[in-house]
Amino acid sequence: METATDDAGVIKQHLIDPEICIRCNTCEATCPVGAITHDERNYVVRADVCNYCMACIAPCPTGSIDNWRTMPKVRAYAIEEQFTWDELPPELTPEQLAADGVAPEAAARAAAEPVLAVKPEAANGEAPFNSAAFGATVPPWSAAHAYTNLFGPKSPTTATVVGNVNCTEAGFHNQTHHIVLDFGAIPFPVLEGQSIGIVPPGVDANGRPHVARQYSVASPRNGERPGYNNVSLTVKRVTEDHHGKPVRGVASNYLCDLKVGDTVQVIGPFGQSFLMPNHPKSHIVMICTGTGSAPMRAMTEWRRRLRKSGKFESGKLMLFFGARTREELPYFGPLQSLPKDFIDINFAFSRTPGQPKKYVQDLIHERAVDLVPLLSDANSHFYVCGLKAMEEGVVLALRDVAVGAELDWAGAIGPALKQEGRLHLETY
Amino acid sequence: MAIDYTQKIPNNVNLADDRTLQRALEQWQPNFITWWDDVGPEGSTNHEVYLRTATSVDPQGWAVFDYVKMRDYRWGIFLNPADAERQIHFGDHKGEKAWQDVPGEHRANLRRIIVTQGDTEPASVEQQRHLGLTAPSLYDLRNLFQVNVEEGRHLWAMVYLLQKFFGRDGREEAGALLERTSGDANNPRILGAFNEKTPDWLAFFMFTYFTDRDGKFQLAALAESAFDPLARTTKFMLTEEAHHMFVGESGVSRVLQRTAQVMNELKTDDPALVRAAGAIDLGTIQRYLNFHYSVTIDLFGADQSSNAATFYSSGLKGRYEEGKRSDDHVLKGQTYKVLEVQNGQLGEKEVPMLNALNEVLRDDFIKDSIAGIGRWNKVLEKAGLTQRLAAPHKAFNRKIGALAGIRMSPDGRVVSDEEWKAKESEWLPSPADFAFVASLMGPVLEPGKFAGWIAPPAMGINKNPVDFEYVRFG
Repeated sequence: METATDDAGVIKQHLIDPEICIRCNTCEATCPVGAITHDERNYVVRADVCNYCMACIAPCPTGSIDNWRTMPKVRAYAIEEQFTWDELPPELTPEQLAADGVAPEAAARAAAEPVLAVKPEAANGEAPFNSAAFGATVPPWSAAHAYTNLFGPKSPTTATVVGNVNCTEAGFHNQTHHIVLDFGAIPFPVLEGQSIGIVPPGVDANGRPHVARQYSVASPRNGERPGYNNVSLTVKRVTEDHHGKPVRGVASNYLCDLKVGDTVQVIGPFGQSFLMPNHPKSHIVMICTGTGSAPMRAMTEWRRRLRKSGKFESGKLMLFFGARTREELPYFGPLQSLPKDFIDINFAFSRTPGQPKKYVQDLIHERAVDLVPLLSDANSHFYVCGLKAMEEGVVLALRDVAVGAELDWAGAIGPALKQEGRLHLETY
Repeated sequence: MAIDYTQKIPNNVNLADDRTLQRALEQWQPNFITWWDDVGPEGSTNHEVYLRTATSVDPQGWAVFDYVKMRDYRWGIFLNPADAERQIHFGDHKGEKAWQDVPGEHRANLRRIIVTQGDTEPASVEQQRHLGLTAPSLYDLRNLFQVNVEEGRHLWAMVYLLQKFFGRDGREEAGALLERTSGDANNPRILGAFNEKTPDWLAFFMFTYFTDRDGKFQLAALAESAFDPLARTTKFMLTEEAHHMFVGESGVSRVLQRTAQVMNELKTDDPALVRAAGAIDLGTIQRYLNFHYSVTIDLFGADQSSNAATFYSSGLKGRYEEGKRSDDHVLKGQTYKVLEVQNGQLGEKEVPMLNALNEVLRDDFIKDSIAGIGRWNKVLEKAGLTQRLAAPHKAFNRKIGALAGIRMSPDGRVVSDEEWKAKESEWLPSPADFAFVASLMGPVLEPGKFAGWIAPPAMGINKNPVDFEYVRFG
């Protein structure tokens, strides 16, 4: 199964631009499956061997490697033909595609889809594990329609701060703020999982205006306060970099220091795939660290508000939440008060004095028995949000749980999660 | 000086647990930075450059792009992943297990090979140190600096091998790599081409096309080595070397594109008119090509060499793409044709293949170089011009080997001293050519703008637009 081919027999064929390629052989040396070869003249890709693992893309010094053509599978350019090229052929027209029985919608779908696929070989470990390859780029089928880019960097809108509190029990350096912004009469519709951009005032060290920083909204679609045009954000005050060197995060400190009544410049909304399912019996498995909890809070809160309707009675919510300590975990108090039969919460603390370090992937292994039925259920949706470093470990843990239960991760579950918009990765 | 090893020196050689290596690097690293400050890219200390840094050897980690001040570049030590079963696949030890350490009997030769390779890396940084002041665009400036930091990393790679496997003499050799200086009459770099000046950007593009391609072939031959750490180091270096050749090939190609455009606009092939319009005439480009080509093929060494035979038979250095060749990989009793001068004329003679391995590698290089010249000619063809560039004859302007000193025209005729003197300025760049090209050099530092003698590239770096701010000036 490969997502770069669809049922209509259309592929995104991987090609190398002979006008830009310098024949350095790096791609051929890098390709883990031997899909790339050359003659005296050109470097070429075998369409039937390339598994879209993308290992060749970054090492190419010229960018000539990153070319794709929407093709009927039966008409894929053979390497013999590619050897004769002086330049890449143009894209086939919709009429040419239609002549090979490819419907316009199928062609448009293939053309629009970013090429980032996974084939069984890649998932079997024959190629390096690439967690990003499993992440979906499409939303679940029952997601609501997301509005995006209503306000761009050139025309931000203004929101007013109506709340700003530390939502942890941690001191200044490790605190995380829960910030509520109100849009008044300005339309700014957001869905759980979407993010917005905040433009810090002033200029950077080089005298240029600051670039916007993106934050996931922590509130559900009908407002932090139901029925109001407001959103909440979860913002960690940045006082040191990843290596522990003191550094003052421009946007995070600006936001954490805001007073009620202050105004901020906002752009967005952004994001059209990290969205929650809305159909009955849909399950949501949320895996996050730190402020990666923002979209999880939004989804959880939306489900909580709808709980009385009874619509989601058999849909499970499962949360895996990691932080350094209990004190630093955003929303620890409010989370504790959610009913156990509403959400299944698992905490991992990596820096609790006197206790072994525990990470979210350890929790995933511990809860394997409960995750197996979810992994094999097409109603389950998985969301991962937090620091980049967790992504690979989490996806590997999910794979291990599946493989441990003799489920077919490589051939069925992994590709299905991606294709059906049921595994979403948002890491930074 | 304390070094945070994992952060500061990305590596996959377990540096954090290797105290001996740590100490050696602690001694060496400050000298490296001093060297960089003294003879590295001039006036670049505060520039923030959009650079590629390798943080691991897998496809995700080896090309991490960000703005970096070059002095803070994270020079890392990387070996390609090990293959525990790897066997020696050529020479007298064929079929034996690859060496993880240096065998005593090959120690001196291996050290010499590594020092010679290592010496070229800082040399080219020194040769290119003034070019940043006259970059034709931010894009090109960034590419120059990328080449510079990667040459720096290649030096680190060779220094790692010296310090890790060659004890005290290795440490001394590592120090000496920072002491020799390109073009220094008293303490020059080891190889001739690395003491030549790289006076302008056309020379830089020719250098990265031809001379860095010599690097590619030497590294490729060393990547076959029975000494596994050397093979794995050089294999990884090849990926970076590819970028250098990209800079050269696309650089010359863009110069040609601009020249062709001017020739078409003015409907002329008169070099004087092309020059007056601020582009570089094809004759000058051909002369630069002749020079860099001939100086570079000298780098492969004497056409008959018992050292080359020893290096091969003992498994230290293979041939280019050894693994893809279908002969016996021992080469005893086989012959190869080399050129020689007989009665003032060129002739061929058969010599033992093992002794001719320098020539074999040189011929592989020539084939690869000529293919690229063909791609340059495509630019002229596409522009509707009939002129073409060509590689000069292999015996043209040679200083090393049996062909050294004979007077040969680029098209392969033995010529008299008089004819050579009369034609030299048609065949090799003259002081007037250098002066003209130098007159075109001047910094163009506005994003998306390019000097008048070079066309913009087809695409930017790392999918960024051509007018991306590739260098920020602090």
